[in-house]
Amino acid sequence: MSTPSTTPASSESSAARPETGTARVKRGMAEQLKGGVIMDVVTPEQAKIAEDSGAVAVMALERVPADIRKDGGVARMSDPDMIEGIIGAVSIPVMAKSRIGHLVEAQVLQALGVDYIDESEVLTPADEVNHSDKFAFTTPFVCGATNLGEALRRIAEGAAMIRSKGEAGTGNVVEAVRHMRQIRSEIGKLTVLDGNELYAAAKELRAPYELVREVAVAGKLPVVLFSAGGVATPADAALMRQLGAEGVFVGSGIFKSGDPAKRAAAIVKATTFYDDPKIIADASRGLGEAMVGINCDTLPETERYASRGW
Amino acid sequence: MSEPTIGVLALQGDVREHLAALAAAGARPLQVRRPQELEDVAGLVVPGGESTTISKLATAFGLMAPLRERVAGGMPAYGSCAGMIMLADKILDPRSGQETVGGIDMIVRRNAFGRQNESFEAAVEMAGVDGGPVEGVFIRAPWVESTGAATRTLASYEGHPVAVRQGHLLATAFHPELTGDHRVHALFTRMVRAAA
Repeated sequence: MSTPSTTPASSESSAARPETGTARVKRGMAEQLKGGVIMDVVTPEQAKIAEDSGAVAVMALERVPADIRKDGGVARMSDPDMIEGIIGAVSIPVMAKSRIGHLVEAQVLQALGVDYIDESEVLTPADEVNHSDKFAFTTPFVCGATNLGEALRRIAEGAAMIRSKGEAGTGNVVEAVRHMRQIRSEIGKLTVLDGNELYAAAKELRAPYELVREVAVAGKLPVVLFSAGGVATPADAALMRQLGAEGVFVGSGIFKSGDPAKRAAAIVKATTFYDDPKIIADASRGLGEAMVGINCDTLPETERYASRGW
Repeated sequence: MSEPTIGVLALQGDVREHLAALAAAGARPLQVRRPQELEDVAGLVVPGGESTTISKLATAFGLMAPLRERVAGGMPAYGSCAGMIMLADKILDPRSGQETVGGIDMIVRRNAFGRQNESFEAAVEMAGVDGGPVEGVFIRAPWVESTGAATRTLASYEGHPVAVRQGHLLATAFHPELTGDHRVHALFTRMVRAAA
């Protein structure tokens, strides 16, 4: 839908018809978040602490993943009042989670005016076959991935940003590392294939050929890649960036720790200076108790969020 | 023609896109995260990103004072979106503790065009940029609420200034770095050459 330029523009200003919800506007929004930290918050007060600590965005949810794990039961989209309360409390972007494949939760989040929708495996999936058609929305989506094929399938459905899944709510970075290394090494492998081999590669990745070719040429995803799931310390955040993440989501790691404001600011600093161990060391001093972690190899298969989504 | 060294403030935001646009426009781009790195550049781009985050990091890492000093001393600077906010003398509704580098005599309104659902693309005629309108990508974009006598409006959208220049300082509410059109970066590169 482009406006034909048959009418001469005025000398002072032009006011062509605006286009909302374009791929450039959706993906471009994520580009603005790069180098930043997106923090899970459950109250307006926490959202303000996150903003004051330098977060680039907050994820509004009712329970952080660590509590979702503890409480069990079905985890759903958050209460609209709670999301609106957080939107009203801060000036930075506000994201919120819908269940995988839950079109209506996503529609509600769009109607509430959230800036990004996370179609998230941390909530209980609503559809065991299909993810939401993300092209149908003006609000951009971020989705989790454990490997390149999964990332490209989400992008094919319209995701404008990808994050590693990790294992949310564990305070254990091991799964985020596994997923980031997997995605990056699969991208690396694509870049050395010749044109003939890309068709078979697309078949193996179970992803559209056009996207596979785009990644092979560019050597990166066509959207921003963040890390999520298990980041608890400044060093964790810097590690994910050194492994190729363009920014990090921190879930339970901040507000389940002893001094959230201090830890949040420290993780922000370490994310920017991820390649400067001296600054990371300074940021890591005197942060108080980190969240108590969970060993992922003791997690039963049914409690692994990363295996949700397909 | 000489390739001026132009820094991109690399604390947070779409740094990579600005580095690429500057290289395409004939400059030698350099990331700036530390005060001493600022000494090596003849001009500076403040990228798009989250203005509160960039402001806090600039303060925490001792960049705010040297940035103000260089800008006051005549170093050309260009800011897009959050960068426009950083170069404004005044923010209409700053968050607590949100400081700017300043330099352009204007008041900006953050997120003036709305939230992400209202983010948009539109063609914008910009004075000083020949060859037809630029593709304006506005993402939770600010606009300029009012300007001082020395500030020239280069482009407006729906009656609000969205590109301004004051001497050696340039700012746009939109993101030319997200398009393949490098004319705004070429304009800034010419400003840096002229100031050298």
